[in-house]
Amino acid sequence: MSADKEIKFSDDAYALVQRIIKRYPEGKQKSALIPVLHVAQAEFNGWLSAPVMDYVASLLNITSIEVYEVASFYTMFNLKPVGKCVIEVCRTGPCWLMGAEDLVKYLEKKLNIKEGETTSDGMFTLKTAECLASCGTAPMMQIGEKYHENLTLNKVDTILDECRATVTEPISHWSKKEIKA
Amino acid sequence: MGRKLLTENINVPGIQSLSVYRQQGGYETLKKALGMTTDAIVEEVKKSGLRGRGGAGFPTGMKWSFLAKPEGVPRHLVCNADESEPGTFKDRYMMERIPHLLIEGMIIGSFALGANSSYIYIRGEMMYVFHILQRAIDEAYEAGLLGKNIMGSGFDFDLYVHCGAGAYICGEETALIESLEGKRGNPRIKPPFPAIKGLWERPTVVNNVESIMAVVPIIKMGGDEYAKIGIGKSTGTKLISACGHINKPGVYEIELGVPVEEFIYSDEYCGGIRNGKELKAVVAGGSSVPVLPKDLILKLANGEPRLMSYESLSEGGFATGTMLGSGGFIVMDEDTSIVKNLWTFTRFYHHESCGQCSPCREGTGWMEKLLHKILDGHGTLSDVDLLWEIQSKIEGKTICPLGDAAAWPVASAIRHFRHEFEEYVKNPQNITKDHHYYRVNNISPEFA
Repeated sequence: MSADKEIKFSDDAYALVQRIIKRYPEGKQKSALIPVLHVAQAEFNGWLSAPVMDYVASLLNITSIEVYEVASFYTMFNLKPVGKCVIEVCRTGPCWLMGAEDLVKYLEKKLNIKEGETTSDGMFTLKTAECLASCGTAPMMQIGEKYHENLTLNKVDTILDECRATVTEPISHWSKKEIKA
Repeated sequence: MGRKLLTENINVPGIQSLSVYRQQGGYETLKKALGMTTDAIVEEVKKSGLRGRGGAGFPTGMKWSFLAKPEGVPRHLVCNADESEPGTFKDRYMMERIPHLLIEGMIIGSFALGANSSYIYIRGEMMYVFHILQRAIDEAYEAGLLGKNIMGSGFDFDLYVHCGAGAYICGEETALIESLEGKRGNPRIKPPFPAIKGLWERPTVVNNVESIMAVVPIIKMGGDEYAKIGIGKSTGTKLISACGHINKPGVYEIELGVPVEEFIYSDEYCGGIRNGKELKAVVAGGSSVPVLPKDLILKLANGEPRLMSYESLSEGGFATGTMLGSGGFIVMDEDTSIVKNLWTFTRFYHHESCGQCSPCREGTGWMEKLLHKILDGHGTLSDVDLLWEIQSKIEGKTICPLGDAAAWPVASAIRHFRHEFEEYVKNPQNITKDHHYYRVNNISPEFA
């Protein structure tokens, strides 16, 4: 995002945010904060900059610090830029039992980055995640809203190739498609 | 073959949709419930003996009866769909496949509690399920099952779905409420309990997805009939999510009381241990409950078979028993390193500690570091003793049960597998690089 570009939700996202706020009683609009931050992350390149968080604060009529303290608590919010595809590999016990550690090593080698880093072309960020409730289909990883389960290295190769071929803008957990829906 | 109350129609094509759900008798129980008095519904749930399916096992009917009902103050039912306990994936499975069962349970529960608006709090990672629920809710509104004057009963009710953003602690009910208020997930000091002051300081009941779903068959068949299923105080059916080194990982609905041995080895359930290996250990109720070695998970200390029930799994206390917990059933084969598996759990609790209470915030990190040191071949026998001491000083000394949940896996691993810790310490030259964990299928030699 360039510094001079105005921070503003698309019309679809703005309408969605207004619908979200209505789910809570009058005066309790702060409750909408987490869902709205998800929408903001989807709208603004997959991460939450301070100006984006200030914008969210203004929409919800709360202070900026109330947004910062929440955004920094929850692991799904990225507070620095990320690649177009954020790969989150589950690493907790049940996935570890099924080879999650291999999966991380393989992705590190294949993408030539370490966990937590982003590829130089800005395509992939590699993260590990704690239990994603997919233990029966381990090992697994999440990209955007999608769970990729029962992974083998061949499947990982295919998924990465597909991402490279089809993804042109950052994908977030709350997908652009769902914002338009 | 045990009775299926929740998963009976799970494989019916299109059951995700309202039309197919109704063809299978969906929302008929709601109609029945709306013709009952609210007290009668609570009474049926009490009679059913249903115990909270999220992990704590507290009687649901009793929890409902504690709800304060001050005049003119709205109250709420909140569904805890923050399923994050390692080994547990039953709620995701159910919400994804049969979302209307949860919605029907939410309407009945809210009607019984006198709540005119309620929330489903789902963890943010399950965003695609969040959208499935939202679409199901939209369908229900269009059909007049939500909104004003539901089914002509005069009951007005709004249901909303809310998403979190990645925090295990939000599965704790007061942290969940904080999160639903748009704050950090820091558990509250109790009392006051949510039944008195919960969401927005209003009386609130927080129930797990499976508990709320179970209300539907309970009202349909009657509490007494439901209570006939199961064994003793473990009434009804329970969803068990089985994972790890078994032939058939997945979600199984069991009648409480099935022998553990049958659950692990029968083809109806887990289908035995993968690759012809031997069973080594089981974590029976999600990562927080004590790990038990083969002998103790299959049989009680007196040699009788151990059963899948609240009482039988906890028989013997923590000396020889464990807990049913959330039903996250993690199976480890003979090649598994208990120490390394424990380290992944401890790293998890360290990562997920909210940081409010020093014993948990600091202790989980110390335990993770000590385990890492042992796994790296630099541990000493006094490190094992220190681990024991740290866990004992976390347990019971924190605002919420996350501290206990972090302590119990460490305590039980040392209690039952101390020899393995000592082997790491005494013979570090024998530590293999991979700690005997499973390799991903077709891994190439350069990573092996």
